[in-house]
Amino acid sequence: MARTRLAVAARIALAVFAGYGLAGLATAALALGLPMSRADAASTATMLSFAVYAAAVLWTFGARRLATAALGLLLPALALGGLVWALHGGAG
Amino acid sequence: MKATFRQSMAWLHVWSGLVVGWVLFAVFLTGTLSYYRTEISQWMRPELHAGHAVDVPIAAERAVDALRERAPDARAWFMTLPTPEIPATRIVWRTAPGAPFSVALLDPATGATLPARDTRGGDFLYRFHYELHLPPLWGRWIVGGCAMVMLIALLSGIVTHRRIFVDLFTFRPNKARQRAWLDAHNVTGVLALPFHLMITYTGLVTLMLLYMPWGVDTAYRGDRERYFQDRGQTIAARPPNHAPGTLAPLGPMIREAMRLTGSEATFIAIHNPRDARSTVLVTMDEPEGLAHLHPAVGFDGVTGTFLATTMPASAATTVHGTLVGLHEAHFARWPLRLLFFLSGLLGCAMVATGLVLWTVARLPKPNSAARMPLGHRLVHALNVGTLAGLPVAVACYLLANRLLPAAMPARPEAEVQAFFAGWLLTALPVVFLAPARAWTVALTTAAAGFFAIPIVGGVTTNRHLLTSLREGDKVFVAFDTTSFCVAVGFGFAAYALANRRAAPQRMGKDALQAGIGSRSSV
Repeated sequence: MARTRLAVAARIALAVFAGYGLAGLATAALALGLPMSRADAASTATMLSFAVYAAAVLWTFGARRLATAALGLLLPALALGGLVWALHGGAG
Repeated sequence: MKATFRQSMAWLHVWSGLVVGWVLFAVFLTGTLSYYRTEISQWMRPELHAGHAVDVPIAAERAVDALRERAPDARAWFMTLPTPEIPATRIVWRTAPGAPFSVALLDPATGATLPARDTRGGDFLYRFHYELHLPPLWGRWIVGGCAMVMLIALLSGIVTHRRIFVDLFTFRPNKARQRAWLDAHNVTGVLALPFHLMITYTGLVTLMLLYMPWGVDTAYRGDRERYFQDRGQTIAARPPNHAPGTLAPLGPMIREAMRLTGSEATFIAIHNPRDARSTVLVTMDEPEGLAHLHPAVGFDGVTGTFLATTMPASAATTVHGTLVGLHEAHFARWPLRLLFFLSGLLGCAMVATGLVLWTVARLPKPNSAARMPLGHRLVHALNVGTLAGLPVAVACYLLANRLLPAAMPARPEAEVQAFFAGWLLTALPVVFLAPARAWTVALTTAAAGFFAIPIVGGVTTNRHLLTSLREGDKVFVAFDTTSFCVAVGFGFAAYALANRRAAPQRMGKDALQAGIGSRSSV
């Protein structure tokens, strides 16, 4: 029982916080990378962000194992983080 | 999480829906009512009679006279211009930065203070819809978080119900109670599913920069002002030059703004009104179309010369404006607005049936002596207190508008207090009544409240239903008849429930009784 509760709490924490982090990084990457004017890219990325967040949450709860859920969030987040860093550094 | 993806999604649907259900019901209900924000404001100011032609340039001049008199040293003056629906000019100012704003309603033709009762009207419900009457940032984050969970609940609900099309035509009111509630939940959810998805997503998009600033902050390195300038939808006010100046007449500026944009002027902001470098920003009504983008035109306040106008919106700005426009439905004429309103009510029903279903699905077996666990009792109390309590709160808000003395001080605040008092008073009896009885009492209260609105409204003013019918006053007729219809609906629900309690063996219609079978009161 305690283990189940802990597992559920871990999924919720992953979905809420890691999911939000992933969505934020995806938004930043799109805002920097979309081939449009800077304002349009930022607006478009932000409008899409909630779809990314929702997908991340569904993934977190849909994955069979907790480790799969975590990896499925962390790996794309790392990739997007690298992309943001590269684009941002390249722009500056 | 569970053995199959669908089981995981079913679990997610049930628990995400429960956690935010009560806040969502409040958000859905006040949002649905906000489609008629103007009409509610009209009903709550019975002293004002709609339908008169208004001369906007004259009204603006009179408002400037009043502001010169009342707020000579204010750094900015604001005015909402009159419309045929609300024939009053609303002026807003504050004496010092950070001080509370003062508001006054003026007669458009004379500039005299209008003898209309002081009320927040439909605006209170509209603000509550996204701020819950909390400090703005708190309220907006809570509502946004709940909207995000709502999106998750919708998506996981779609996965849970494979048979969406079949479910739409399945309603078994006479089957077992749980089955009937499940069907009701599916029908209300599926029938307006495109609306539910649209309204949830566009609601998030409306406040997207608050919830998700990382795209703009990364691309603009934190310079949000620059982003707004790039979008070309704002005109910056110029800094004052600290020499006295006299404001030019507003009439020619308003006419010029109307010529440039092809829409009506709705709102004017005057920055540094008595400075030699004053700026007048005229905001126009939305042009025809879906997008919620109000064109604006800026003028030099002293010379009246044109300064700037908002640029034609780019593709992304138009898309954003369209998403916000879909949420607010300002573009909708009455048939479509009614459809939005009914879809919103279906959303309320979807949330309500989902919450009731949660308790019905967990009822103790009939004839078992088991008491409801504490968690279930809490859910039941919150269900009654919110699903019936909020409608009662709305009724109390409207009744207070008619019953409080017209000239009493701090009147708008008292109306809002009546709203919360009604909510609390409906929630309280739940603590010491058996579940089914608690529902009957709460639903009867709601029926009585809505039945009283047209009667009290007619007795305390000279605008009762017969007068409104005679004068062809569509808004008042619609308001009063809708109120009666809502009362009949609640009354029917209460009656059906009382009948069910008298004959618990008969599985009949409209089982509004989470918790029969457990006769133990708390």
